[in-house]
Amino acid sequence: MSPVPVTHILFVSTALFFIGMYGLFTRRNMITMLMSVELILNSVNINFVAFNKYLYPGKLDGIFFSLFIITIAAAEAAVAIAIIINLYRSHHSIDVEDAGELKY
Amino acid sequence: MNATQIVFWFLSALALVSALMVLLSKNPVHSVLWLITVFFAISGHYILLNAQFLAIVNLIVYAGAIMVLFLFVIMLMNLNKQTEPQKNAWLKMAGAISGGCLLMILISLVKQANEITTKTARMKDGDIGLIGNLGKALFHDYVVPFEISSVLFLSAMVGAVVIGKKD
Repeated sequence: MSPVPVTHILFVSTALFFIGMYGLFTRRNMITMLMSVELILNSVNINFVAFNKYLYPGKLDGIFFSLFIITIAAAEAAVAIAIIINLYRSHHSIDVEDAGELKY
Repeated sequence: MNATQIVFWFLSALALVSALMVLLSKNPVHSVLWLITVFFAISGHYILLNAQFLAIVNLIVYAGAIMVLFLFVIMLMNLNKQTEPQKNAWLKMAGAISGGCLLMILISLVKQANEITTKTARMKDGDIGLIGNLGKALFHDYVVPFEISSVLFLSAMVGAVVIGKKD
């Protein structure tokens, strides 16, 4: 039997989620914000795999959810970096406060 | 305390400390390097949780491809400690308080969930996460999401090229 209860894994993933959320709130560099989003997605992946292992050990659904989340994160990173490069070309800055045209 | 527990605590501490260092380091290149350390720790967790193929995919896709893309863009834009924009201290405190409140709520929720705290599982043995089982299930039960994700990749690639090209 396992020496590690499932709640410990959930604590780790919750802490990772909120470290990522804090980074998303407090950083202004767009690339660092994108890295915080990746951190959040990874904490969700840990949750899926842990629940799959502990609650349904014979099934694979949690692992496939994580696999598709990794897929979507890769596509999202590519598109977001293209947008950031385009913004840098027109504004010469990657500060989110400098890209406020859509606010008005 | 046996070996699995020691590995688990080491990987958890590594993941949390590296995740904090991602946010605390001023230089964006150092942030990316710490994030790669987080991904290695998370892959170790996947191996403990019996998802071996997912651990390798996580390393290849995240630490190998996405982080190299980030590093490449950061070096292309020549970002360093001097160009890093900073928010004021009030906003940082507000972010910490709002994030911390939600964190407390979720942790107390996890502590009260009686159905899952009694569940146990055998760690680091079993072969359900190996590539043979995953491939069989992927091409039988999950073939439609698999194809849809390939279409998603194609559209993301076209979108990235269209957004990124000089007009």
